[in-house]
Amino acid sequence: MSDTPHVVMRGVVRRYEGPPPVHALGPIDLDLARGEFFSVVGPSGCGKSTLLDVLCGLASPTSGTVSFEGKELHGEVPDGIGVVFQEDASLAWLTVRQNIAFGLRMSILPQREIDERVDHAIAFMGLAQFADHYPAQLSGGMRQRVCIARTLVLRPRLILLDEPFGALDQQTRLLMGDELLRLWRETGATVLLITHALDEAAVLSDRVGVISARPGRFIDLVETGWPRERDSRIVSDPNFGALTSRLWLSLREESMKTLGRVA
Amino acid sequence: MTRGRAVLAVRVAVLAGCVLLLEILCRIGVINPLTVIPPSDMVASMIEHVGSGDLDDNMIQTFSTIATAFVLAVALGTASGALLHRSSRLRDVVDPLLASYYSVPTFIFYPLLVALFALGKTPLVVLGVLSATPAVMMSTLAGLDGVPRVLLKLARAQRLGPGRTFCWIVLPAALPRLFTGFKLALSYALIGVIAGEFLLSATGLGYAISFAYQSFDNRAMYGLMLFVLLVAVVANGCLYSWEGRLARRRAGR
Repeated sequence: MSDTPHVVMRGVVRRYEGPPPVHALGPIDLDLARGEFFSVVGPSGCGKSTLLDVLCGLASPTSGTVSFEGKELHGEVPDGIGVVFQEDASLAWLTVRQNIAFGLRMSILPQREIDERVDHAIAFMGLAQFADHYPAQLSGGMRQRVCIARTLVLRPRLILLDEPFGALDQQTRLLMGDELLRLWRETGATVLLITHALDEAAVLSDRVGVISARPGRFIDLVETGWPRERDSRIVSDPNFGALTSRLWLSLREESMKTLGRVA
Repeated sequence: MTRGRAVLAVRVAVLAGCVLLLEILCRIGVINPLTVIPPSDMVASMIEHVGSGDLDDNMIQTFSTIATAFVLAVALGTASGALLHRSSRLRDVVDPLLASYYSVPTFIFYPLLVALFALGKTPLVVLGVLSATPAVMMSTLAGLDGVPRVLLKLARAQRLGPGRTFCWIVLPAALPRLFTGFKLALSYALIGVIAGEFLLSATGLGYAISFAYQSFDNRAMYGLMLFVLLVAVVANGCLYSWEGRLARRRAGR
């Protein structure tokens, strides 16, 4: 990892005018190191997805600044950032191959290079047998893999994932997490994962940021200390339980606030 | 046999059974031939009239009027639906009017249209457009409303401009609902034009049916009715088949 932060957020606040006006996020200060795997956990409605929107340029902060590779973002997604959304964003009218190649439609790359990237992404995400299938023929997990592959072909240097495995069962989530780790190691990209699953955050991340109830602020930043070569089998490591417990203790009070209860 | 083929076979069998029953009832005199002629006579009359060439001008007049009304309704309905979709205030004003539009018998405007555009093809085209456009507008609104927000976010994340977002994301996502409007538009344009010709025009297939009816020429009337019916079924069938092909492609079948 380089010493210069890859992503810098300073005093980021996001308010919605309403009515009623909502203070959704901030102030947030965050530095992401190049090649870091960072996860964000927080109670429902705390502004995790808003954080992602602001971070990638889909939404502008009401105040504060967001910089990616030293350049400030101004309400547009810059080149080099890839986003995977929580909802199924596969395009129903395109095959798996066409979906994955979609991101390169505007590319000036030669067709051979495009084909190579798409083939690699298809193989990497284990979709080779389904390349000519339509999304309706795939399971939810496979559709999400298509969306990840579509982001992957763009070779982003920062990958933002908004609860990409939220709709999957526990076993599939663990396996998809392994694939995500493999992807992270192979590409060397910086990854920011929004998740509500503490165990997922604890397994996958170098650092986990715990966000408070709305307005979302970081109330704890936890270093996991895992080696770069890791996978879901790390759940059997004695430190895994301690990590998950710490995350939960940080989050418990905030989660109760969202339920309207006193800790 | 697949389920689809079985359904088709039953459908054809039921239709054929009804036609056969009508044929028998007409032939044995249960149904007065002055009221309804046997279906086989209808077919013979249709072939005779259509094949004679006497109706060529009427057919060209009617079908070109329907086609013009359909194309204009699709263009106008899609454009105005898209405009309403963009402007929530305008939509608040227009939505209730659109919802109650179907209770308006558009034929009552024909005298006004004749006064505005004189006799001829134009009032019939306008009548067809008035009948068909609201269906396209409503389906366009439903189609655009139905485009998942996440796909619009995807378009922004992929740095697509407005034109590419529309062509690559919005239009294909909305297409199934747009098709519903196109099918309805064809039906309404056909109904509007034929009914307009039937009631108020001096040319076209609608007029020819009306003329045969008033001349007590049942054979010609039923032959022409059958022809119009067949054309409507074939045209709608083509749209259904196209829509089905798109839907099957999306479902990967």
